[in-house]
Amino acid sequence: MLSIRNLHAGIEEKKILKGINLDIKPGEVHAIMGPNGSGKSTLASVLAGRADYEVLDGSVDFDGKDLLELSPEARAGEGLFLAFQYPVEIPGLSTTNFIKTAVNEVRKYRGQESLDAVAFLRLMKEKMAMMEIDQSLLSRPLNEGFSGGEKKRNEIFQMAMLEPKLAILDETDSGLDIDAIRIVANGVNKLRSKDNAVLLVTHYQRLLDYIVPDFVHVLYNGRIVKSGTKELALELEERGYDFIKSVVDAVEEA
Amino acid sequence: MNEGLSTIEQTVLSDYKYGFVTHIEADEAPKGLSEDIVRFISAKKNEPQWMLEWRLKAYRYWLTLKEPNWANVKYPAINYQDIIYYSAPKQKVKLNSMDEVDPELRRTFEKLGISLDEQKRLSGVAVDAVIDSVSIATTFKEQLAEQGIIFCSMSEAVQDHPELVKKYIGSVVPMTDNYFAALNSAVFSDGSFCYIPKGVRCPMELSTYFRINAENTGQFERTLIVAEEGSYVSYLEGCTAPMRDENQLHAAVVELIAMDKAEIKYSTVQNWYPGDKEGNGGIYNFVTKRGICQGVGSKISWTQVETGSAITWKYPSVILKGDNSVGEFYSVAVTNNHQQADTGTKMQHIGKNTRSRIVSKGISAGFSNNSYRGLVHMGKKATNARNFSQCDSLLLGDKCGAHTFPYIEVKNSTSVAEHEATTSKIGEDQIFYCNQRGIDTETAVALIINGFAKEVMNQLPMEFAVEAQKLLAISLEGSVG
Repeated sequence: MLSIRNLHAGIEEKKILKGINLDIKPGEVHAIMGPNGSGKSTLASVLAGRADYEVLDGSVDFDGKDLLELSPEARAGEGLFLAFQYPVEIPGLSTTNFIKTAVNEVRKYRGQESLDAVAFLRLMKEKMAMMEIDQSLLSRPLNEGFSGGEKKRNEIFQMAMLEPKLAILDETDSGLDIDAIRIVANGVNKLRSKDNAVLLVTHYQRLLDYIVPDFVHVLYNGRIVKSGTKELALELEERGYDFIKSVVDAVEEA
Repeated sequence: MNEGLSTIEQTVLSDYKYGFVTHIEADEAPKGLSEDIVRFISAKKNEPQWMLEWRLKAYRYWLTLKEPNWANVKYPAINYQDIIYYSAPKQKVKLNSMDEVDPELRRTFEKLGISLDEQKRLSGVAVDAVIDSVSIATTFKEQLAEQGIIFCSMSEAVQDHPELVKKYIGSVVPMTDNYFAALNSAVFSDGSFCYIPKGVRCPMELSTYFRINAENTGQFERTLIVAEEGSYVSYLEGCTAPMRDENQLHAAVVELIAMDKAEIKYSTVQNWYPGDKEGNGGIYNFVTKRGICQGVGSKISWTQVETGSAITWKYPSVILKGDNSVGEFYSVAVTNNHQQADTGTKMQHIGKNTRSRIVSKGISAGFSNNSYRGLVHMGKKATNARNFSQCDSLLLGDKCGAHTFPYIEVKNSTSVAEHEATTSKIGEDQIFYCNQRGIDTETAVALIINGFAKEVMNQLPMEFAVEAQKLLAISLEGSVG
């Protein structure tokens, strides 16, 4: 589904990603872990097409399409979803209205007819029940005055509404207490299927207690320095990122 | 939920769509302004002597005045001798029914989305259609008359209800008020007159649609609304003009009078031709609008969506004379390309326990300049008066300007005035967030500005709200990216 080859990217002259290679197949959950500044969020942003970042080298294939050639909205249309670390607020714009616009824009991209008010409401009711989200939240202006937990739940609700092929969750657990993490993780787990994939970007292992990954990759200094299964995350938790740093730095010095 | 979005998508890509010209023979005054022209206009309208005297007095006063230059707008000097002050489409002098309206004019208003055919109107809005200097038709007059409501053109009012006109005209905006008010008082041509009798709640929205059509003309309409004790009326005005390379002057006067416990809600969707992308042409919109809360517990509410005009100079105000009266001003002003807007309000608290609320949302794009100018005055006797003002500015791009000039004068110790102001830019983050959800940038901007302006848009009557949302999107077409 997603195939990243030798991806180099940076921002304002500063190189951050220095040769990422990663393959994700349908049905898989991958976790990218790493210390602060290792390039985790940059990877998520580059995949989603944020304009601030410049791709310097490499390629990304998404279901046969050259992802890097597509505009951010076309990437969304193709089925790529990014749950933001810091979801933005749009004052005055109702969350429902925003989601309805998004759903219909994505449908338009896919050559599907747009949903009328009734069909949209039916879909929303169904997903609201599934995600255990309250109508009152969706009537409020987009993310305005939402608590950290509400913002993240709103991200996962949008993911449920848009039914992406690949969902990238950028530090979705940051700033959440355990109860909120559990709710968000439950939502993600309900959306998992053999046809879609999830890329979790996280600093801590604790989210992985709830969303169990098939593969764990450690990102350090712009490269994936170690890949493994979920046990790798536990090892990191136990020994800390310093253990990785010392190993990698020793190799690079040699 | 917003059903209008797919329309927004279409409309963001379209240009000013009301820029066409209707080719119809017109009865015009010669260019220029003199006592003879004032007499000419008055004679055309077959006015009584007192009305002519009033006009002449205004004209003579106007001659002593200088054009104001304190507003934050720039434009070349206007040659007042190069303007045609009266232009009327030629048609039968006296219409017996709507069916006799010239088909060409009828089509013009159909094209603007205004049906003069009463049967075709479902929404229950009575319309007075004004083109250049005259009112073409007023719908639903008879039904309204059954409840004693008078809704007609100003010219008819002068003929049929001289006692009311004489009593109220110039009572809120005196001819000596300012340069443009004096000019208007001398040469005003048409406009609407509404009178709501005691205790009557007007059963439909009253509205006037103003259209400038003829070349080189100025439009100087005058609107007067009187709401007697305990009555209610909601009034809307809309306006458009053809696209021309020359600037055209629109200098209107609107006066509102609300007696005890009466309420007047006045909404404007202003869409005069704004000029082209280089700033050529467009309407100079220099308007004086003022209402007086004459009676105890009365209320006047102004809502305006200003998207058009090359230059807007306009401060719909409320004199809060009656105790416990309420004044409101809700405004969205959008400027794009080279448009300039200097707009705001004055809330003059005279009575006790009077309250006012100001919500101003300015959106600037392109090379435009958008200023809020407001005065809140609490007089000595306005004990316990309250005001809340909120002025927000939203910038698109870095070549436009937003300015706020709030003046607050409090002359007694029990009054409270609160003022809040913010300036923000549409953030790259907001656009990217929308993009990531599959929403393209134009649509994202439309969503963000409609969200920004929502508090004001909510004040508009339903019939206008959808139209106004589309207008915002059109006005900002091409301003991002």
